[in-house]
Amino acid sequence: MSNYVIIGNGVAAVGCIEGIRREDKLSPITVISKEEHPVYCRPLISYYLEGKTSLSKMNYRDEDFYTKNGCDVLYGKSAVKIDAEGHTVTLDDSSQIQYTSLCVASGSSPIILPIPGLESVERRFTFMTLDDALALEKAISKDSRVLIIGAGLIGLKCAEGICERVGSVTVCDLAPRVLSSILDNECASLMQKKLEEHQINFLLSDTVERFENNVAFMKSQKSVKFDVLVMAVGVRPNFSIVKEAGGETSRGILVNEHMESSLCGVYAAGDCTEGTDISLGQRRVIAILPNAYMQGRCAGINMAGGDDLFDKGIPMNSIGFFGLHAMSAGSYFDAPEGELYEEKSEGKIRRLYTRGGYLTGFMFVGDTNRVGIYTSLIRERTPLDSINFDLLKKISTFTAFSSETRGKKFGGVV
Amino acid sequence: MKRVYVNEKWCLGCHLCEYNCAFANSGEKDMASALKGKPIYPRIHIDGDEKISFAVSCRHCTDPICVKSCISGALHSKDGVICVDSDKCVGCLTCILVCPYGALVQGENGTLTKCELCLENSCSQPACAAGCPNQAIVYEER
Repeated sequence: MSNYVIIGNGVAAVGCIEGIRREDKLSPITVISKEEHPVYCRPLISYYLEGKTSLSKMNYRDEDFYTKNGCDVLYGKSAVKIDAEGHTVTLDDSSQIQYTSLCVASGSSPIILPIPGLESVERRFTFMTLDDALALEKAISKDSRVLIIGAGLIGLKCAEGICERVGSVTVCDLAPRVLSSILDNECASLMQKKLEEHQINFLLSDTVERFENNVAFMKSQKSVKFDVLVMAVGVRPNFSIVKEAGGETSRGILVNEHMESSLCGVYAAGDCTEGTDISLGQRRVIAILPNAYMQGRCAGINMAGGDDLFDKGIPMNSIGFFGLHAMSAGSYFDAPEGELYEEKSEGKIRRLYTRGGYLTGFMFVGDTNRVGIYTSLIRERTPLDSINFDLLKKISTFTAFSSETRGKKFGGVV
Repeated sequence: MKRVYVNEKWCLGCHLCEYNCAFANSGEKDMASALKGKPIYPRIHIDGDEKISFAVSCRHCTDPICVKSCISGALHSKDGVICVDSDKCVGCLTCILVCPYGALVQGENGTLTKCELCLENSCSQPACAAGCPNQAIVYEER
């Protein structure tokens, strides 16, 4: 009998539980959950504020998930120390838990910029957890002027979620465009236009230098009066517990393809890790939900004596605002010596980045039909000379593949 | 488990599967009132060129990346059949971003719609296979 312990209760933890249970139906699993909620769909908090989902629908798994899977969830508890030699985890109430294998799925935390005067802002929020969203919901009214710092995925989804419920929304970002980590100028400007159509205002290439109560003084000398502030400038992996235990970390917990950390018996998964981005061939923190689940599942299978690899990690995002969708995957900004193919028409852009005979990244805005065909080319590292890539540049079609490949994919069990 | 398969040598590209699919999932009693003059949202699509055609629908993968990637918990596997809880789906389209077969599409209200092998509607077997005039689409164990 083993004793599995998971630090964290998000999507990576669920992957881990389901991975463990594929191999081991019996041994107990202890889940240490800082938040007082059963696992929920964190990216849905903006949809909740928008009225597109409800608290009950946001559950990531059925109500009986933990009981069915033999999990003991310790709600409201944090792990504070790992003793890798003694195989124990110490909690914030000083209690200790023994483990035979441990998975650290501690996620990430919102970055708070130390802007002078921030403490004078009465109603300030981050936008990451369900409790953040509920607190923000309480603070806003139909007259509120909301200032959001950060025009990335989190800040903009927050803007979309609340814009119909408040008086005004202004988003500022130091970058010259929205979604600067995943889109280039042209793609970003299409998304920005859509957001502006819904009365979301932008102050780009600009940042708050100081606050005085409810006024933000910007670098551009402008001043912005607001009632509610949301800081959404990014997240930072929670890895100090592994670092302090002597585990190797960089920008996240370093993991190999089995999701093992450098500490014996300690695995890690999700936003807190730094794994390999195969589209770049380099280590990178890939803080996205699909990765969290897949890494968690891989860790769980291996913890329970199975053999699984997660060696297809790439950044990928599907994001939409008011019906306009953008999808991106792989690497392009950091990737040298690549080639770019692009196709544009009214309100639509497709950009494909290739390097050394492989597709390494893409951006699609507007028409996102069948984009998964391209994601798969990156994840599987399909040599482009084995398919009709010239055709795929223009249309998303399986006629670009050989008849034999199609026979396997559409005529066999996959 | 029985799945829907297509043999491209026999597919005529007639698109009947698309109409049969849309009708089967419309909840209407006759085809005309279900489809006539309306945009349709089939869960199977003909892909191809002037030489070859083939129908593409969910492969009900044994290791479904759409389920693993779903941000709302809407996609799930029910005894191997990949199903979507359209009440939970928020239309983020992450599933479309990851499906290697390009088999998933948006439905009328912007959320995901997908083949569930006609197990949840009034047909006793997949309407695409049942109505395929050249038996290019079959529903069987492989």
